[in-house]
Amino acid sequence: MSEKHPNSEGAPGGEPLNGNGVPAPRDTSPEVIGVRRGMFGAENGGDTSGYGGLVRTITLPGATSRPYGGWFDEVADELEGALEEQGLVPENAIEKTVVDRGELTFHISREYLVRVARTLRDDPALRFELCTGVSGVHFPGDKGRELHAVYHLRSITHNRLIRLEVSAPDADPHVPSLVAVYPTNDWHERETYDFFGLIFDGHPALTRIMMPDDWQGFPQRKDYPLGGIPVEYKGAQIPAPDQRRSYS
Amino acid sequence: MTTPHATPRATTEGTVYTVTGGDWDEVVQSAARADDERIVVNMGPQHPSTHGVLRLILEIEGETVSEARCGIGYLHTGIEKNLEYRTWTQGTTFVTRMDYLTSFYNETAYCLGVEKLLGIEDQIPDRATILRVLLMELNRMSSHLVCIATGGMELGATTIMIYGFRDRELILDIYELITGLRMNHAYIRPGGLAQDLPPGAVDQIREFVKKMHKNLPEYDKLATGNPIFKARMQDVGYLDLAGCMALGATGPILRSAGLPHDLRKAQPYCGYETYDFDVPTADTCDSYGRFLIRLEEMRQSLRIIEQCLDRLEPGPVMVADKKIAWPAQLALGPDGLGNSLDHIKKIMGTSMEALIHHFKLVTEGFRVPPGQAYAAVESPKGELGVHVVSDGGTRPYRVHFRDPSFTNLQAMAAMCEGGQVADVIVAVASIDPVMGGVDR
Amino acid sequence: MGLEEKLPSGFLLTTVEQAAGWVRKSSVFPATFGLACCAIEMMTTGAGRYDLARFGMEVFRGSPRQADLMIVAGRVSQKMAPVLRQVYDQMPNPKWVISMGVCASSGGMFNNYAIVQGVDHVVPVDIYLPGCPPRPEMLMDAILKLHQKIQTSKLGVNAEEAAREAEEAALKALPTIEMKGLLR
Repeated sequence: MSEKHPNSEGAPGGEPLNGNGVPAPRDTSPEVIGVRRGMFGAENGGDTSGYGGLVRTITLPGATSRPYGGWFDEVADELEGALEEQGLVPENAIEKTVVDRGELTFHISREYLVRVARTLRDDPALRFELCTGVSGVHFPGDKGRELHAVYHLRSITHNRLIRLEVSAPDADPHVPSLVAVYPTNDWHERETYDFFGLIFDGHPALTRIMMPDDWQGFPQRKDYPLGGIPVEYKGAQIPAPDQRRSYS
Repeated sequence: MTTPHATPRATTEGTVYTVTGGDWDEVVQSAARADDERIVVNMGPQHPSTHGVLRLILEIEGETVSEARCGIGYLHTGIEKNLEYRTWTQGTTFVTRMDYLTSFYNETAYCLGVEKLLGIEDQIPDRATILRVLLMELNRMSSHLVCIATGGMELGATTIMIYGFRDRELILDIYELITGLRMNHAYIRPGGLAQDLPPGAVDQIREFVKKMHKNLPEYDKLATGNPIFKARMQDVGYLDLAGCMALGATGPILRSAGLPHDLRKAQPYCGYETYDFDVPTADTCDSYGRFLIRLEEMRQSLRIIEQCLDRLEPGPVMVADKKIAWPAQLALGPDGLGNSLDHIKKIMGTSMEALIHHFKLVTEGFRVPPGQAYAAVESPKGELGVHVVSDGGTRPYRVHFRDPSFTNLQAMAAMCEGGQVADVIVAVASIDPVMGGVDR
Repeated sequence: MGLEEKLPSGFLLTTVEQAAGWVRKSSVFPATFGLACCAIEMMTTGAGRYDLARFGMEVFRGSPRQADLMIVAGRVSQKMAPVLRQVYDQMPNPKWVISMGVCASSGGMFNNYAIVQGVDHVVPVDIYLPGCPPRPEMLMDAILKLHQKIQTSKLGVNAEEAAREAEEAALKALPTIEMKGLLR
């Protein structure tokens, strides 16, 4: 979409910090989340279609440069100003800003998530009072940033909706919890932990919520199969479908 | 104490008795002998008055609830994961089964999200949008009717339940006429609707509106002024505005705290800004206020339905873009609803390209440009949000539903703690959680 | 169960069978086991228009100890399955199970990690009722079929004999894959 990150002029935005489990630095190019080969989605078996050589990179929309349009600039200005007042460097906290399909997304560096959320909630010009929960997304192809947590914040005062996106590498799946700022995120974070294995640091009781307590694995990750999982409880076993007794 | 009916078991939380019947005196005696006064009662997940498979864990002192927690997940269906293995169009079949009492809201929210990703929001035909609104408002009535009916039944007022289900049947008849199914319709599709209204539908809806104008006051007569009903509901399940905002409660719960927040007014979708209706509120913050709001919302829904009927004009119900629109209009055959025979004759007999197009679109589906979108509708329970992510393929990459039941149910603890055990049921009924939506 | 199972084979036993079957089928007490969408249809069946009271079973029992029919109405998750089994175990004999809807019968469209692929993995099922969800009329039809089954059910030595015959018939049955023509 755009070439230059609006916040990265002058001082470099994020220092390359990977190596110690911190997300890899961002650039302004579209975010690559994977590579698709062939035409029809088949991954194994011989190629009879002739399209097998086709290689396409899948990218999500990249950073947008100013002006964002509408009230987006106002929110971005206010947020950056409020962060500066607290003695933070906005470029460090906000990795990039994406405007896509009429929606404003701030990609937040995870160390700053709680402070950014608190600012968004408390600043009179921002006032995002309502958090509509967190949605986990797993991008196995986005190396170093596999797990994303997406928050949608709604301001009833100003009638606005923005999105915060935080990412964590699979090797270090930690994101700070927002329960202290938005208590409503209690169950939402438990759900995201249950399905994606994202550990929300500071959550009062991060346990499984949907799956049984002794369930193994995180079922909504991309590498988890859809079905066919053998289950055992009270000593009774339900084998995977391919191992079940068959009736004629 | 060792009896065959209540076996003690030492855990990290103290001694736990699994009571499976028998002599309650023995159980109570042995509990009294223990120096710990705390009694934790597990209610559900299979309990007649917990609204489905909700599990409540109550710590009680006498009749007072000192702590209340929910156990959920007993109906977790993995729908969000299942969606990732089906095409975008097939997705409606799954989402309609999430909160099975508000099917049309799930479908509309999902379709609005997909349409936002496709960038075709402006191309949806007017008739499809009006019909979506019409069906959603009918759905609001049927959902509220079930809420009032089951809520009444849980209080022991069986008459309200019979009334509620009687009127809901009238709405289900309309659904059946229009979509072919009583529940789980998958009628609203990305780009429009599965098919147009069948003949006679408008007349039947008008007939229904007339009947409901007569039936709705019966709930007032039966319940609104009823002293027992009022005594049971008033000041029960109290949650004020600050609590609602912190816990993210929306819908009738938020409006019972006095804030007229309704996405239909605040962030209109499907052309709601052009309809004339009111957002009822109450300032009682309690179950009774929520009941009154639900009743009033049904009246407002009737108003919207009447406006929809007046606006309906003949026209297409699917986007014109042939790359997205389902290739065939459905028709009723001797063996049920299916592809119209005329269409099959055309693609099989005259046009190879149309056949290929049909095959590709139906088996593989359309591609959605990469990106993410959030769409929200005001469901009868509150803000129903959908976060859809596409990777440019023919199947969703990730779909997450922010279900209002799930979020609102978190308020259960705040509403019940410090109250009576019997009031827990009233409070939960006033939240109106549907476990299909909570657990998904 | 009781004395009736100890009766010798013959005229007396068959008479008792008929009487017991008739009495049992006329007052089946369903346990409330509503899970998902089907539960709403089950409630509708009990409400005004369809009126399950006509068949003497409108009283849904809150406690499994007072029930002899479990209508598994809806999708059974892996988390719910142990609970379902516990409720079934708490029901006194004789007891029957209707698996209502495709999700309970086979997992239906939810062929995934969360749902038990058919409640018959957990409890023995007497009647499978297809539909998503089945209409109230279909549920009533299933209940009437169950009544028939209860009426003709055997006791004592006859029951053992009937079970043996059913097993032998199942072993000799033509596999579905070898059936020809319209499968009706």
